[in-house]
Amino acid sequence: MDIFIQQIINGLVLGSIYALVALGYTMVYGIMGLINFAHGEIVMIGAMVALTVVKLLVNSGLPVFIIILIALAGAVAVCMAVGYSIERIAYRPLRRAPKLAPLITAIGVSIVLQNLAMLIWGRNYHAFPPILPDAQFDIYGATITSLQVTIVLIAALMMAGLIVLIHRTRLGRAMRATSENPLIAQLMGVNINQIISFTFVIGSALAAVAGLMVSANYSIVHFYMGFMLGLKAFTAAVLGGIGNIAGAVLGGILLGLIESLGAGYIGDLTGGFLGSHYQDVFAFFVLICVLIFRPSGLVGEKISERA
Amino acid sequence: MSYSRIPSMTFAIAAAIAMIGCSQKEAPKPVPAPVPVVTAPVAPPPKPEVTVQLGHVAPLTGPQAHLGKDNENAARMAIDELNGKGLEIGGAKIKFALVAEDDQAVPMQGTIVAQKLVDAKVNGVIGHLNSGTTIPASKIYFDAGIPQISGSATNPKYTQQGFTTAFRVMANDVQQGKVLGDYAAKQMAAKTVAIIDDRSAYGQGLADEFEKSVIAAGGKVATREFTNDKATDFAAILTKIKSKKVDVIFYGGMDAQGGPMTKQLKSLGLKAKFLTGDGGCTPEYIKLAGAASEGQYCSLPGVPLDQMPGGKAFGDAFTAKYGQIQLYAPYVYDAVMVMVDAMKRANSVESAKFLPEIGKTDYQGVTARVQFDEKGDLKGGAISLYQVKDGKWEYRETIGGAPVEMAKEAVKEAATAVKDAAVVAGEAAKDAMKDVAKEGAKAAADMTKSAADAGKSAAETTKAAIEKK
Amino acid sequence: MMTLAHSLGAWRCDKRAAIAATIAMGLMLAAFPFMIGSALGNSWLRIVDFALLYIMLALGLNIVVGFAGLLDMGYIAFYAVGAYLYALLASPHFGLHLPVWLIIPAGAVLAGVFGVLLGAPTLRLRGDYLAIVTLGFGEIVRIFLNNLNAPVNITNGPQGVSGIDPIHLGGITLAKPLSILGFTISSLHAYYYFFLALALLIVFITIRLENSRIGRAWVAIREDEIAAKSCGINTRNIKLLAFTMGASFGGVAGGLFAGFQGFVSPESFNLMESVMVLCMVVLGGMGNIPGVILGGILLTILPEVFRHGAGPVQMALFGKILLDPEALRMLLFGLALIVVMLYRPAGLWPSTTRRREFRGESTTDALKEGE
Repeated sequence: MDIFIQQIINGLVLGSIYALVALGYTMVYGIMGLINFAHGEIVMIGAMVALTVVKLLVNSGLPVFIIILIALAGAVAVCMAVGYSIERIAYRPLRRAPKLAPLITAIGVSIVLQNLAMLIWGRNYHAFPPILPDAQFDIYGATITSLQVTIVLIAALMMAGLIVLIHRTRLGRAMRATSENPLIAQLMGVNINQIISFTFVIGSALAAVAGLMVSANYSIVHFYMGFMLGLKAFTAAVLGGIGNIAGAVLGGILLGLIESLGAGYIGDLTGGFLGSHYQDVFAFFVLICVLIFRPSGLVGEKISERA
Repeated sequence: MSYSRIPSMTFAIAAAIAMIGCSQKEAPKPVPAPVPVVTAPVAPPPKPEVTVQLGHVAPLTGPQAHLGKDNENAARMAIDELNGKGLEIGGAKIKFALVAEDDQAVPMQGTIVAQKLVDAKVNGVIGHLNSGTTIPASKIYFDAGIPQISGSATNPKYTQQGFTTAFRVMANDVQQGKVLGDYAAKQMAAKTVAIIDDRSAYGQGLADEFEKSVIAAGGKVATREFTNDKATDFAAILTKIKSKKVDVIFYGGMDAQGGPMTKQLKSLGLKAKFLTGDGGCTPEYIKLAGAASEGQYCSLPGVPLDQMPGGKAFGDAFTAKYGQIQLYAPYVYDAVMVMVDAMKRANSVESAKFLPEIGKTDYQGVTARVQFDEKGDLKGGAISLYQVKDGKWEYRETIGGAPVEMAKEAVKEAATAVKDAAVVAGEAAKDAMKDVAKEGAKAAADMTKSAADAGKSAAETTKAAIEKK
Repeated sequence: MMTLAHSLGAWRCDKRAAIAATIAMGLMLAAFPFMIGSALGNSWLRIVDFALLYIMLALGLNIVVGFAGLLDMGYIAFYAVGAYLYALLASPHFGLHLPVWLIIPAGAVLAGVFGVLLGAPTLRLRGDYLAIVTLGFGEIVRIFLNNLNAPVNITNGPQGVSGIDPIHLGGITLAKPLSILGFTISSLHAYYYFFLALALLIVFITIRLENSRIGRAWVAIREDEIAAKSCGINTRNIKLLAFTMGASFGGVAGGLFAGFQGFVSPESFNLMESVMVLCMVVLGGMGNIPGVILGGILLTILPEVFRHGAGPVQMALFGKILLDPEALRMLLFGLALIVVMLYRPAGLWPSTTRRREFRGESTTDALKEGE
């Protein structure tokens, strides 16, 4: 039983990490209908910046809480700037272009960011200093660390915050209007350029938070870390219904649980034929099944194809 | 539509040709033009200087870039050292030049780069890093008759293809997995083990051999789990392993996964010991695993650097110049030296002439005494085991065929040319201990002990020596 | 060559010009490897051989993405299927050594079957949902190839299959220099001609398909699926056909890859490869055959150009290596993708209809909006 509970906790934590990253994907998609392939790379940049700040300050004698806050602020600021520039340079000129053009620039941006990070921070794996309190809680024999609890809470908080932002504020209304129809929104006095920039900046700030959390939890930072994370988060976002904030979190957590339970139990259930080496296969298989029956994700609205 | 088809197709091809043409203008040949032709000259009176190009290939971009750069640095250091010495081969002054290439760890890129090196008429190739790129590239080198020594490709297949040009100065997966499995079952007294691998050619190959060896030694494999070489979260498989209550967890894969894995293993409350192969036997592993790394084990082919003649000097010089050794740097350094050694013995830098000499190598490198078997694999293939103590890898012991000779050699050297090793072994050990006293008598005792474990002839006298002490 | 010239010429009013153009092109293509080989060395010849493989891949993906408008991000799976089929049927792994003329078509058929396997469950999906499912499909194929070494060893897992027979036709093997009528053709040249012949065949098939009923049906689906359906097009079958045709080209290219390399392992078929082929199609000009060919050539040789150029150019400009040439190479490649798309959003060489459509949307408006 404790093993089962542990697997559920594992899934929940992993899922929350996916959800943190997926929120950024889904937000940009929801407003612009664009898969921001470089989002995983922004997460990586966030992690790198946070790591640099933490390493600089770790011996300064400041309290841990303050160091983390400064690191977070630094990461958020840099990621916002990066996100804003990416949108201005690589996506805005292509807003009217064929749908696949921004996808290719996104891939280009992703390659550029990866190699820039490699030039700046080097090729090595970096260890994130273990400065965060590492208290462990015991739940019926299963363990969870305080950091993991924080990750789950932050994922939930961010989801709630974004939902409030989008559904309860004036800005949110403008964002929704832009998403529905940019042209009409513009006629109604919405400055869509501003709104889209803003969306990108928020998405990048989310990525920075995710970057800090991911690197602190696994205590590893590397210029290549964004790729897999981005891919998984993208899968999670689609599973939930891309463009839907609650869907991203739901998809993330579901994906985490599938991977965790799949790796934990399917091997024994199939007599070792399908073990944890098929972990990703389970995830994609569930995704395909969900999409066959609900072609726009679990809670996604039916979207019509954009030109 | 179809009316414009043919001209437009012609344009497409023409444009492509133009592209290639232009690219050539922008991009001069990789090697500066004044490099002289690389054939061994007929030794005219004024000593000519001949530039010998050695190719080096490893991934310099992508997830394994840090290891690739490490390899390249080692090759560069070896070459700088050789140039500093000013070698003369075949009556000509030799200047070595490194042609370093990036294969991105992608097999297709591996063959393109190999072809590029063949075109550049390199005299020998050091690399590649990954087995996946080394194997397809080895065919191209073989066809061109260019000798290739890899310092890190461990897939047994590399040397089993029947290519006379393929060598490696690293134990292959079979040799290492065998020792590791034996060690887990016997020395670590593991009744049940769990095996994890990263589904890379390296990790899977090593894990398979480990499994066979554990079973042969009477151990039980409770479960086999898998991850991938880009993963960071291992909680699910570790939780499953926890339910199996194993004594030892073996991981076949790299440090970037092994480190976080060890950390998560501790935080999940697993008591099992962690054991990994050369991929995890790095300082990075300890950094990434943090406090959880304490007491964990790893193995590395060869004998520890500070026990090898010249090994410590190499380690210090490398660290001073390029920073910490990542993993394969000493092997790559040896690979370069072995190749140059063969050139010296053949008294020629021509591939065809010195190739046969590589097979006859008997070279005291910084990782091992390098001798090749008929396939091009390292003979004997000593494996050393290490354990983390106070945040550092500490040498435990060396297992395998070659170390017997190795240890004997060390004893011999210490005794300074005494012929009957068996008789004077006691004294020799004493002397050895005095010599190494600065580095700590314990290391010497360990060494003597390893000799005792390994070779029966030397064993008893050495033990007696320890007891006398 | 002759058949191509013949059939192309047959459509044209001005037969003579067509024949002249075809002959000129043929001569150029025939002489091309010698020009490259002597001017730039064999490594470029090998790159050109790979470029031909990628052209085949890009043309196959073009059917799915360019013609039918279905975004496929797991296309490399079909390449993998073809490559592994060749590897398993012509290597010491199973001890089978079947002839090439049997394996390559079999690879095309098997890849086609996989195309249907992918296509059937995804018929209802559109746009990005289709993208992620195809991406997942590509990964699933790779993961299975990587893991099917136990309990029964089929693919030899991550170790890959080595010692694959080189491509051989009858008694002639392409792995060794050929001598015909006193000429000696090196292995790389021989592969070039063989790949070129198959690439031309694929170009020919694609051109014929584009101008057929099926091709028009694909375009109709791309433009508006509902309208296409109401015009009596069986969208299900036509979509499946697109997947099948595209996949089979990938299977052919995969088989050639296996024979050319002599070694296949699952790491050759990862997601980045799919993305690269997609980039070739989009960057070259979706739906336009010469454009796609151009894209395939460009994206294969660009990284190599940077590889050869990054170091020396820096040396010439600054007198020393400021930035690591290898990191710079991929950096420039990424920048090239961005810049090309920014300046030619419809691709380097878009089809005439597409260019017209795009202009119809008024580029000036888009630019104004951008500012």
